[in-house]
Amino acid sequence: MIEKNYTITSEAGIHARPATVIVGALTNFKSDVTIEYKGRQANLKSIMGVMALGIPNRATIKITANGEDETSVIEKIDEVMSKEGLIS
Amino acid sequence: MSITIEGIAASPGICIAKAFRLQHQEYQIVKKSLTNTEEEIERFEKMIEKSKAELEALKLETSKKLGEDKAAIFASHILILSDPEFIQAIKEKVATEQVNAEFALDEIAAMFISMFENMENEYMRERAADIRDVTKRLLGHLLGVEMINPSTISEEVVIIAKDLTPSDTAQLNRQYVKGFTTEIGGRTSHSAIMARSMEIPAVVGTKNVLSQIENNMLVIVDGNDGKVILNPTDDEVKQYKVKKAAYEKQQVEWAKLKNEKTITIDGHQVELGGNIGTPQDVQGVLNFGGEAIGLYRTEFLYMGREQLPTEEEQYHAYKAVLESMENKPVVVRTLDIGGDKELPYLDLPKEMNPFLGFRAIRLCLEMQEMFRTQLRGLLRASVFGNLKIMFPMIATLDEFRQAKSILLEEKEKLQKDGIEVSDNIEIGIMVEIPSTAVMADLFAKEVDFFSIGTNDLIQYTLAVDRMNERVSYLYQPYNPAILRLIKNIIDKAHHNGKWVGMCGEMAGDEIAIPILLGLGLDEFSMSATSILKARSQISRISRSEMIAVAEKVLNMDTAEEVKDYIETILK
Repeated sequence: MIEKNYTITSEAGIHARPATVIVGALTNFKSDVTIEYKGRQANLKSIMGVMALGIPNRATIKITANGEDETSVIEKIDEVMSKEGLIS
Repeated sequence: MSITIEGIAASPGICIAKAFRLQHQEYQIVKKSLTNTEEEIERFEKMIEKSKAELEALKLETSKKLGEDKAAIFASHILILSDPEFIQAIKEKVATEQVNAEFALDEIAAMFISMFENMENEYMRERAADIRDVTKRLLGHLLGVEMINPSTISEEVVIIAKDLTPSDTAQLNRQYVKGFTTEIGGRTSHSAIMARSMEIPAVVGTKNVLSQIENNMLVIVDGNDGKVILNPTDDEVKQYKVKKAAYEKQQVEWAKLKNEKTITIDGHQVELGGNIGTPQDVQGVLNFGGEAIGLYRTEFLYMGREQLPTEEEQYHAYKAVLESMENKPVVVRTLDIGGDKELPYLDLPKEMNPFLGFRAIRLCLEMQEMFRTQLRGLLRASVFGNLKIMFPMIATLDEFRQAKSILLEEKEKLQKDGIEVSDNIEIGIMVEIPSTAVMADLFAKEVDFFSIGTNDLIQYTLAVDRMNERVSYLYQPYNPAILRLIKNIIDKAHHNGKWVGMCGEMAGDEIAIPILLGLGLDEFSMSATSILKARSQISRISRSEMIAVAEKVLNMDTAEEVKDYIETILK
C-alpha cells in the first residue's frame, strides 16, 4: 500500500475537467485507489465520488493506492496532476 | 390523405424529405420483481456498453465539428457510466432486492442527483444535469425506447419537434437535416434564427404537428409560404418539386447580384450587411454578397461552456472575423446576456422580469472585470480590420458615457503597454429601448452611429412578450408607432451627420424595406440568406417614391393598414 499527500494549487480546485482526466487515467489500473479530503474518503475511480468531495484550491489531500500496480498508479497520478496544473 | 398545416415562415426554401420526430420522451419506470438477476445484470452491462459506444461516437463527432472543448462534456458522461460506485450500487440493488435494472438505476441515480443538487456550489449543482442526461440515455436503452439523438441522423430528414433547444441544434448534421418545423416559436425564436444561419427551410408555430405525424412519413416544408404538408399526394409532391426548382432558379438569379452594389433605380445607395454569431458565420455572409457585418453577437463566445472566455480567446475570435471581412465594416455588439440568454456559471439570481432586468450593458457596467476583458480583446483585434463597437440595451445617456469611458480607459492602458490599437474605431449604440429612441437627438451628438434593434424595440414599445403566444399579435413591426420612432432615430442621426443601421429582423423584411428606404436608413443588416433577395428588391424600387410612401404610412392608423398598402404597391 502506498500513501501520498498532495496540496492543490489550482485556482478552481479539482473541478470537472481535471477530475475527468484523473479518473479517466485510472481506468486500466487494477489497484484500489482512494482519495481523502477533510476526513471524507472517495474511490478515485469514481468520477461522482471525486466531484462530490468538492476539493478546493489549497486543499491537502491524501491518495492511497493498494494493489499489484500501486507504484505505477501513483506515478500516473503525479503525472496527470502536474499536467493538469493541480499541483506545482 | 395529405394534411396541410399553416405556420410561420421562419427560414426560406422548400424541402421534401422523411419526417424525423425529435421528441424527448417521458419514461414510465415500473418496479418488477425478478428471479434471474444474473441475466438482468448482464442486460444492464450490455446497455451500458451500448450507451458508451454512442457517447464515444458523439464525442468524436463533436470534437471534429465544434472542437475539443465542447466534446469534453461527453467524456465526463462516459466516466459516469464507468463509475464503479454508481454502477456497482445499481447491480447490488438488482441482485439483493431482485428488481429490474431500470428501477434500480432510477433509484440510485435519483440519490446521486439529489446529492449533487444539494451542494453549496452552483457549479456542483449543475453536475446533477449531467447525471440526469446520462441516466436518461441508459434508461432509454433499457426500456427499449428509441433514443432521440439528432447527431446520429444519417439520412435526409425533416426534423419535427415541439421546440429545438440550443443543444439540439448544435448536434444537427447539416448534411442530412434538410429542414424543420417546430410546434412553438416565432420568426425570432432560437430555432428560427438557427435555421436561417444553417440555410435550411423552416416553418415554426405549427401547433400539434407532432400528434399528426409519424417517423418516415413524407413531409414538405415550404419555408417561403409557411406551410407544412404531411403525407403529400403525388400531385403535391410534383407541384412542390416545380416550386422548389423555381425557387432554386431564383436563387441563381439573386446570386448574380452577389458582387453588385445595392442601389435603387434612382441611384440611392445603401449598405447590406449580415448578422453573425460566430467567426464561422462570416463565410455565409460573404457568399451571399454581404457588404458588412452589421451585428456580431458576441454572447455565443460565452455560451455552452463552464467559465468566461479569456481575453486571448476573444481576441482570436474578433481578429478572425475582422481579417476575413478584409476591411469591410464589422459592428461588434458587446456582451448581451440576460433576458432569455443565461450563463449558468455567472450564478445570477432568477428574476421575475428578466427582459426588464439585470442584462446586457447593465450587467457589464456592474461586472466590470468581465466587460473590460471583452473590450481589451476587441481593442487588440482592432488593428486587423474596420471595427465598430456597439453597446446593447442603452437606456440612458449616462450608461453610454460610462461604457465609453471604460472603453477609452482600456484603450489608454493598452497603448501605455505598447500595444497597438486602431484610432478609427467608431463607437455606437443599439437603439432598442423607447427612451433612447425618443432621446435620439441628444444621443446623436455623442455616438458615432445607431443600430436599431427592432426585436426588442417592438417588444418594449408595445409592451409585448414576443414568446407569449396569447399576446404575440401585438408584436407589430409595421405599427405606425414603431415607424415613427424609427423616423425620429434616423432624422436626428442624419441631422448630426451620423449613420443609422438596423440589425433586427425587420431589416430583411420585404414589407419593411421600402418604408425603411424611404425613411433614409443607411445600413440594413440581416440573416445572410436574406441579403440577395433584399438587394434585388431594392434595385427595383425608387428612393424618391419610397419617401412619399413612408410619409403616407407614418400617418396610417394601424399596422394592418400599413401592411396592406405596401403589399399593393409591391405587386
